[in-house]
Amino acid sequence: MADVLIALLLLVGAFFGLVGSWGLVRLPQTMQRLHAPTKATTLGVGGVLLASMVYFGWVRGEWSIHELLITLFLFLTAPVSAFMLARAWLHRERGRRRATLPRPGASGVDWGVYQPPPEESGNGVEARR
Amino acid sequence: MSVRARLRRWLPHPALSLLLTLTWVALQNEFAAAQWLMGAILGVAIPQLLRPFWPDPPPVRSWRAVLAYAAVVLWDIAKANVQVAGWVLLRRPETLRSTWLVVPLKLRIPEAITLLAGTITMTPGTVSCDLAADGSALLVHCLHTDDAAATVAEIKTRYEARLVRIFGEGEA
Repeated sequence: MADVLIALLLLVGAFFGLVGSWGLVRLPQTMQRLHAPTKATTLGVGGVLLASMVYFGWVRGEWSIHELLITLFLFLTAPVSAFMLARAWLHRERGRRRATLPRPGASGVDWGVYQPPPEESGNGVEARR
Repeated sequence: MSVRARLRRWLPHPALSLLLTLTWVALQNEFAAAQWLMGAILGVAIPQLLRPFWPDPPPVRSWRAVLAYAAVVLWDIAKANVQVAGWVLLRRPETLRSTWLVVPLKLRIPEAITLLAGTITMTPGTVSCDLAADGSALLVHCLHTDDAAATVAEIKTRYEARLVRIFGEGEA
């Protein structure tokens, strides 16, 4: 019973890991390829980690919670690295693609890559910088 | 000094202290009293060192809303993974309509905006790429959508509205 569950979880994890890598190879644009790692790290790694927890808890009889920590650290680091990659791309492409980007709502305001934050203006966001 | 002020002095970030303690114990993978003690020491010491860099953390208004948010996000991650896997495997990449989305923000609290941006990235199909210089909008790249306005509305109702319930809107 435990074997079946572990095998299933491993297969689910492997499948999504494969899809993430496949997307990385197949998708034509840089920004599209950036989507692949966020997929692989969520369900892909999640499936393998769940399988590991079930294995140690059920088969070996020693509860392991390192897996939860790995999940926590992934959820902390993956968005930050994706954000940095995206901003690096926005910066590198500032000459060619900037005109094709939508602008944030207010006039005279641009994205953070292209414009320094405004000085203190009583707005909650800057006031606390 | 009142008990409350004393508590605030020693535990400027109570939730962070708890998280650090639990993280330490989990790292050791051992629930002995000594590990809890070491974890507690770290849980008190690290926020003290951090305090100058993080002066006033926004209070969490409702922990029930935090749990609800976590459940919604985990469910959406699973759901969106399947959807995106379908697009990547079954569609020709040229037919994907990738687009930029502008998500105007009602949230003003930096910590809450950070959480929202992280959530958008972790749910497959969308990656948050930049914040407007004045913090008024998020730039999001969407792998495929037929209706950009609907995707933005979904982000706002599913995630932003729940974060407002957790942290409040902050001063506008």
